[in-house]
Amino acid sequence: MSILINRRSRVVTQGITGNTGQFHTRTSREYANGRECFVAGVNPKRAGENFEGIPIFGSVREARDRTGATVSVIYVPPAGAAAAIWEAVEADLDLAICITEGIPVRDMIALRDRMKRENRRTLLLGPNCPGVITPGELKIGIMPGHIHRKGRVGVVSRSGTLTYEAVAQLSELGIGQSTAVGIGGDPVNGLKHIDVLKLFNDDPDTDAVVMIGEIGGSDEETAARWAKENMRKPVVGFIAGVTAPAGKRMGHAGAIISGGKGTAQEKLAVMEECGIRVTRNPAEMGRTLKSVLG
Amino acid sequence: MKIHEYQGKELLRQFGVATPRGIACFTLDEAVAAARTLGGSVWVVKAQIHAGGRGKGGGVKVAKSLDEVRAKARQILGMQLVTHQTGPAGQKVRRLLIEEGADIRKELYVGMVVDRQTQRVCLMASSEGGMDIEQVAANHPERIHKMFIDPAAGLNDADAQVLARSIGVPKTSVAQAAQLLQALYRCYEQTDASLAEINPLVVTADGRVVALDAKLNFDDNALFRHPEIVALRDLDEEDPLEIEASKHDLSYISLDGNIGCMVNGAGLAMATMDTIKLFGGEPANFLDVGGGASAEKVTAAFKIMLQNPKVRAILVNIFGGIMKCDTIAAGIVAAAREVKLAVPLVVRMKGTNEDIGRKILADSGLPIISADNMGQAAQRVVAAVKALQAKKKAPKPKPKPKPRQKARPKAKPAAKANVGRIPGARPEAKRSKGKKK
Repeated sequence: MSILINRRSRVVTQGITGNTGQFHTRTSREYANGRECFVAGVNPKRAGENFEGIPIFGSVREARDRTGATVSVIYVPPAGAAAAIWEAVEADLDLAICITEGIPVRDMIALRDRMKRENRRTLLLGPNCPGVITPGELKIGIMPGHIHRKGRVGVVSRSGTLTYEAVAQLSELGIGQSTAVGIGGDPVNGLKHIDVLKLFNDDPDTDAVVMIGEIGGSDEETAARWAKENMRKPVVGFIAGVTAPAGKRMGHAGAIISGGKGTAQEKLAVMEECGIRVTRNPAEMGRTLKSVLG
Repeated sequence: MKIHEYQGKELLRQFGVATPRGIACFTLDEAVAAARTLGGSVWVVKAQIHAGGRGKGGGVKVAKSLDEVRAKARQILGMQLVTHQTGPAGQKVRRLLIEEGADIRKELYVGMVVDRQTQRVCLMASSEGGMDIEQVAANHPERIHKMFIDPAAGLNDADAQVLARSIGVPKTSVAQAAQLLQALYRCYEQTDASLAEINPLVVTADGRVVALDAKLNFDDNALFRHPEIVALRDLDEEDPLEIEASKHDLSYISLDGNIGCMVNGAGLAMATMDTIKLFGGEPANFLDVGGGASAEKVTAAFKIMLQNPKVRAILVNIFGGIMKCDTIAAGIVAAAREVKLAVPLVVRMKGTNEDIGRKILADSGLPIISADNMGQAAQRVVAAVKALQAKKKAPKPKPKPKPRQKARPKAKPAAKANVGRIPGARPEAKRSKGKKK
């Protein structure tokens, strides 16, 4: 089966009328069960209209009430994106997936604080992420659907194209994926590696996990330590940024080595200590995973 | 985005943080005039560059007469200041800050940064001010006190006072120190800062709490709502190639190696650099062309990479997810022709229409080396560089970088115009701005 999303998910697109929202709603809808799953769009100024047959509502709550939407995907521009996420949280959806890149950190701090303080149940994926795909069932986000293959390996990563790279390597080796999750490259975000590992651990249809990280922060170490005590399935890993110099932001807002912390070497060492088989060659992610399958 | 110390202090003062009185200068005469205006008998002449560690590098000097101010300013202004943050080439000093001297009783450290774990702003403070705080953190972590600030409530009086006491602020100055911490947090929050550091924060002989230094960085994603911060940007302090790249919406960072790389996606770009290193090469740059890599963007990326005189070969690694490989290949061929590429180019493309893409590269007549996967691509580009170096060793090295000279006049004038225009205009503009505030 899968984690987070499946063929029964019902999706509302926030920012469906923008260029990005239109393009990716179209490609997502063409993938597997997308036509049944993408049920609504939101734009307060265009309520009552439709996007290629998908009805547009004035608010997420209304979209949920009228269509039974359970998941939101957000393509709203950075300045309004945190507010858009909050709208999905207030509508009490199961999951909000924020693709938008470039949201101010302060907006995310305020949003995450409010979600925790009010004990909201909505899960947040992203921001600045490619989204999530359960191959053969549903794709929500900007990843190329065709490289995926239905199967039993989970993939979790901070980076978009590096996730695709791992997925393509698996598919080429004939190894399918249960779900591939991009958690995004921002310093303050929703689901982290550890949260996704927990979901994969509890998913009866996932046998092993590829965990891909990058420099900055300590989320990978936290996840590795949890996995050492709790994970019942093999995990393999790769960390990008061995060559990254300290103090330089490598594209992602979160990818920076600061105060000597968050280096790739340090992360790889902790992951190895915790029983995760790591590779230092990103061209070998697929084969490394294959080597741990029974 | 980074700003200078004097700009940071000006911002801090607006939020109620006490700092020494000081005046920013661009010439020796201005420096002496500034010291005269400030009065007193002791001044500090401080180099204004964006890197830290200026004191150790000889960029901060005390002067006890106006003549000495001129002498010290002469030493510092225009010098190539090397610190542990500038790299071996150092950074040219173009601005000075002349400040009144302070009678220091105690040196403390205060910093603020976003903590990813708690998703709050972390206030760090230590009694060990004036020193390399990373050393303190490594050797005496117990001497760094941390507090995670509730974003809804802010930093309250009681917490600020607890922290002030914990770092050894004398009793009579605690209330003042607490107010300073609160003001610093307000500044951090309201300006969308990503880092604030006061090292040292001092208690003077007469019990005042004063920020003797100020380092502020800002969240690039929030600059759209802070034109007043954007106005403080100093392009002289930034890598011209990085500036040029940002105009094309490319994320570029210069590194020390000789293999240029162009990749789509930050994670894959880092992974590609790592693979080059794994096979014995050194990347010359980080370059993320982003998701929608158009032909124009690819051309701009090639020009930028080739402006780095160290580049001996180029590796392109594109995972064409939604972008089709034939489109990318056409872009690469057009770019290579336009810049008259003369260094080996290894291309690895993956995704839709991969085969058509490869055929376009092969039929182009350009010496492009194709690779099936990242590992192979890295091996091939490293081998290409080694082959060049071996060839070079035999005869006398020929001055070969023709294409770069060709590329330069195209891209440089834009960067030059930008960088060149400002220094002339800047002193006046900046000073009058400072006075208005």
